[in-house]
Amino acid sequence: MSNHDTGHEAGNELVTHAPGALPDKFENPGHPEHHDRLGDNDPKANKKAERQVVVLFAISVLATLGFLVAYFTLPPGETPESMLRSNLALGLGLALSLLGIGLAAVHWAKALMNDHEKSEERHVQRSSDENRAGAVAALKDGAEDSAIGRRGVLQGAMISALALFPLAIIVPIVGNVGGDWNVSKFRHTMWKKGTKLATDPTGRPIKAADVTIGSVFHVIPEDLDEAEHPLDEKAKAVVLLVRLDPADLNEAEDRKGWSYDGIVAYSKICTHVGCPVALYEQQTHHLLCPCHQSTFDVANGARVVFGPAKRPLPQLPITVDDEGYLIAQSDFTEPVGPSYWERLK
Amino acid sequence: MKALAARRQDRRAPIVLLLLALLLTGGLYAVLAPTSADATPVKASTNDIDTGEKLFQANCATCHGPAASGTASGPSLIGVGAAAVDFQVGTGRMPMQMNGPQAQVKPVQFDQEQINQLAAFVASLGAGPAIPTAEQVDPALGDVANGMLIFRTNCAMCHNAVGAGGALSQGKFAPNLWATTPTHLYEAMLTGPQSMPVFNDANITPEEKRDIIAFIDQQGGTSPGGLDLGALGPVSEGLWAWVVGMGLLIGAAVWIGAKSS
Amino acid sequence: MTTTATPTPVEKLAAGTADYLDQRTGIGTFVKTFARKVFPDHWSFLLGEIALFSFITILISGVFLTLFFVPSMNEVHYEGPWAAMNGVEMSEAFASTLRLSFEVRGGLLMRQIHHWAALIFMAAIVTHMMRVFFTGAFRKPREVNWVVGFLLLILGLAAGFSGYSLPDDVLSGNGLRITDGVVRSIPIIGSYTSYFLFGGEFPGTDLIPRLFTVHILLVPGIILALIGLHLFFVVLHKHTQYPGSGRSDKNVVGYPLFPIYVAKAGGYFFTVFGVIALMAATMSINPVWNYGPYDPSPVSAGAQPDWYMLFLEGSLRLMPGFTEFVVLGYTVSLNVLIPAMVVPGILFTLLAAYPFIEAFATGDKREHHVLDRPRNRPFRTAFGVSLLTAFFILVLAGSNDLIATHFHLSINDITWVFRVLIFVGPWFAFWVTKRICLGLQRKDRELVLHGHETGRIVRFANGEYIEVHKPLDAHERWLRVQHDAIRPLEIEPAEDSRGVRRKGYALDRMRQRLSQTFYEDRIEPVTPTELAASHSHGEHDAVGPADEHAPAALTGAVGGGQHLVDPQDETTPDGRNR
Repeated sequence: MSNHDTGHEAGNELVTHAPGALPDKFENPGHPEHHDRLGDNDPKANKKAERQVVVLFAISVLATLGFLVAYFTLPPGETPESMLRSNLALGLGLALSLLGIGLAAVHWAKALMNDHEKSEERHVQRSSDENRAGAVAALKDGAEDSAIGRRGVLQGAMISALALFPLAIIVPIVGNVGGDWNVSKFRHTMWKKGTKLATDPTGRPIKAADVTIGSVFHVIPEDLDEAEHPLDEKAKAVVLLVRLDPADLNEAEDRKGWSYDGIVAYSKICTHVGCPVALYEQQTHHLLCPCHQSTFDVANGARVVFGPAKRPLPQLPITVDDEGYLIAQSDFTEPVGPSYWERLK
Repeated sequence: MKALAARRQDRRAPIVLLLLALLLTGGLYAVLAPTSADATPVKASTNDIDTGEKLFQANCATCHGPAASGTASGPSLIGVGAAAVDFQVGTGRMPMQMNGPQAQVKPVQFDQEQINQLAAFVASLGAGPAIPTAEQVDPALGDVANGMLIFRTNCAMCHNAVGAGGALSQGKFAPNLWATTPTHLYEAMLTGPQSMPVFNDANITPEEKRDIIAFIDQQGGTSPGGLDLGALGPVSEGLWAWVVGMGLLIGAAVWIGAKSS
Repeated sequence: MTTTATPTPVEKLAAGTADYLDQRTGIGTFVKTFARKVFPDHWSFLLGEIALFSFITILISGVFLTLFFVPSMNEVHYEGPWAAMNGVEMSEAFASTLRLSFEVRGGLLMRQIHHWAALIFMAAIVTHMMRVFFTGAFRKPREVNWVVGFLLLILGLAAGFSGYSLPDDVLSGNGLRITDGVVRSIPIIGSYTSYFLFGGEFPGTDLIPRLFTVHILLVPGIILALIGLHLFFVVLHKHTQYPGSGRSDKNVVGYPLFPIYVAKAGGYFFTVFGVIALMAATMSINPVWNYGPYDPSPVSAGAQPDWYMLFLEGSLRLMPGFTEFVVLGYTVSLNVLIPAMVVPGILFTLLAAYPFIEAFATGDKREHHVLDRPRNRPFRTAFGVSLLTAFFILVLAGSNDLIATHFHLSINDITWVFRVLIFVGPWFAFWVTKRICLGLQRKDRELVLHGHETGRIVRFANGEYIEVHKPLDAHERWLRVQHDAIRPLEIEPAEDSRGVRRKGYALDRMRQRLSQTFYEDRIEPVTPTELAASHSHGEHDAVGPADEHAPAALTGAVGGGQHLVDPQDETTPDGRNR
């Protein structure tokens, strides 16, 4: 450990040199002088710092005791207020207990411990030539001992064995982890001819007459609860039901029969990455996705008017049954939700 | 408690402002901000449908037409019902004073008696939803858990999971609901003001509406974990983690690294 | 290091224990080597410690949480103190989260500590990485450790995301749904990858248990191993140090590990834990009871991920939709692939590869242990700032709905502004930062050549007025002249003396171009010759009014310097103005 080389005066000398006789670079002037702290020379200040450290440790002790008291006397209880009180008391106790120790230790190090800087040599990472040669020799000797270079078949057999064995781990993982791997399930939802449209989450069937202009219904298939995996089915089957003034509604020729008296039903799953597109603005007939702001125009076949989605929301063909309840004519005619590679295949 | 919550939102504003000010200059703000405000004077007088009509002619007819059948600048009010009037006028949204993306809450221009007179007049023009009774909107009678389920399916996507408000397209927004009275909440669901869709009694039954009111009544108050940071979700949490957390920790690091005097 | 034997019982016991251990482990050698190892002192060297200590905090609070959390997607009906959830059907994961928050004493505190610590962990990693980047601490021999740190960043993202999703609430559930949508957009294998993650169709019943294993075993295990490697490298290489008098690439100047850093770092651990506990005591985080249990139908306004994933959300929001197309009947969703895969791919690849790119452009094979001042490497600093700018714009874009509501702006307009800014902003930031760096270097030269202004005006016999400048002392000067100016690489000509085109010229030419991009614009540090020239011309600066040189002869004599310094450029006496 070397301390403080010289070189302080180098700068001033330069002025007297003739240009040309000077080095290309300045020289490192060496370590600056050490400045004593207040406590290094004043025993009073030193004592004061020590007292501060003691007080900080004492705060920590008291806070831990306080934490324990709060733990036993302040249960979370039944109301938000009592939960808040419990959390606050425990949290402040813990925080002070920790901060007391932390600040005490740091203050101790800063104010009371020896603050003279030390210097240590560095060594390059590279091994010496001798060691490198030794390493190469060691490997060569090992290879020689095993004679792997001369036994080609053995080499091949070993490599094949090592390369193949991970399959015994990977194949079962990959094979099982994807369930049945039947990705064609993306294409179908629970909706089928005659399924009643019901309100989400209460499951009440909806009559066409109940859907007034300007209202929006969040819809699930009435028999959702009977599904084997209701959440999986719900993730595809949720639908928004909206009634527009027929004057506002522009329908494609081939979809004229898909609505009922100005009532249209569109998939609620965004064609971008699948968030529920649920913000219906009654005046503009726009549907907005709160995740990435794709905006769909319900009056015009739910085509995209803004944002990162490309395709319109799939439309669910609907009609009414004898009692006036809204029912599906069929499943969606295209996969709902985000695009995927084989979507159109 | 609700007033407290409303004020808390104000305190947050400077911090979020900081966030934006880093990137958007004031000039940009001026370009994008919707234009604001010229005040319309308001007058008032006495009782019943006739009085309501007088009030209407004085304050509303300019936009909604003398027969309340609507003009280019305001929709027809025939058949909107007393509930719509009580909501729009009772929250200060009407008479509209600002040509913004949507009518906004401001100090109410009429007293409750005048609002009732206006409502009576508009209700007389055509059948529409009535102002709900006190029992219909009493939070104490609602089922909070059911309210939560209905609210999050039908309302949370615009108003945020606990009713803190959220953005719509083109500068419109769904307002914070914590300071809205139960009656106005009910009327808003029933009449679908502005961008908001209508939730008629077949969609959300009167009992379910009351459940929603009971749920909203519990929001915006004490949060078990401490300050609710506006109940805005991970963005405000991240901002606080950086400003408060990293701020304190880097401050401590600077103290540790500094030479003691 | 050595213990002097004294007869107190405590010391006897300590000596006995030490002897016992050393006879079995030889730990004495280890203690002798490491106890007094020197570490340099600087606040910015503690940023990495914030990450380490918040990770330990995460481990401690996480163990607590695992005792009460049930990673299951079985449906149950909640019964408990939270009225808004009473009787509601939910997964066991969500129900147990509510239980550990409301019914386990101290459970809410631990949960909030865990989540705040996770946000701090990621913030500290990013801040630490910024320090390492801007000071050039990634240069040889530390490139490998940069890569280890980079992997820790990625694993931190994985840990955060998997943990964020565990409570099975509506907010994180929609995050998973977005993940599903993004995964499906991958050409050819997208649908199968989705099945791979979810064990079938989204959401399925396998995901939470799987994420749990990933979150509490796989990812933290790898993180721990890599932290070990990261720290091993720090000890092996010895810590870098900031430039200053007495410090060089051959030494390391600082305080000994024991006792100074045992106390400082130990104390800092308690401070980090304490600050996080303070946040958890006072500020609510991820109140899942507000969002409710996951259901694929609801969504809430303000649907965003934690801050470190926000840039992806912003990237998805900015991308226009028209970029999805169909080719040969197969759908290619560039509107998802570009923002969710390509953009982070570019950002992260640039980040991981930067040390190697810079080494290639610099052609420098030496070891570096003295850090760069950011101003002295304008290209690197500007490049880093432009990456950060891009990241920050994406973060803001991911918050565009909150910006819209808080400032009454149109969300569509904001999106358009960010769509432009994401292209313009980073370039602009690059240009501005580089100019600032060069300007600061010029100021350094100015100061070295002409010294501090003293505010003392003197008048020459010939009537000329001049302000007296006080020359820098050797320490102040050293800070401003210690660095090497890196010049663009020179390469051998394309053809040798016989006109034969040589092999490898194309690569060399590319390398030279890259090197020119990095180092074409530069300000070189003052050399002793320049300083001497400046002084011989302008001695009156230092000496006073005796000199009779005309001022006209002073200006422009030395490149980069001017005789009279603008008062507003004045530097503080110690000169460490950044």
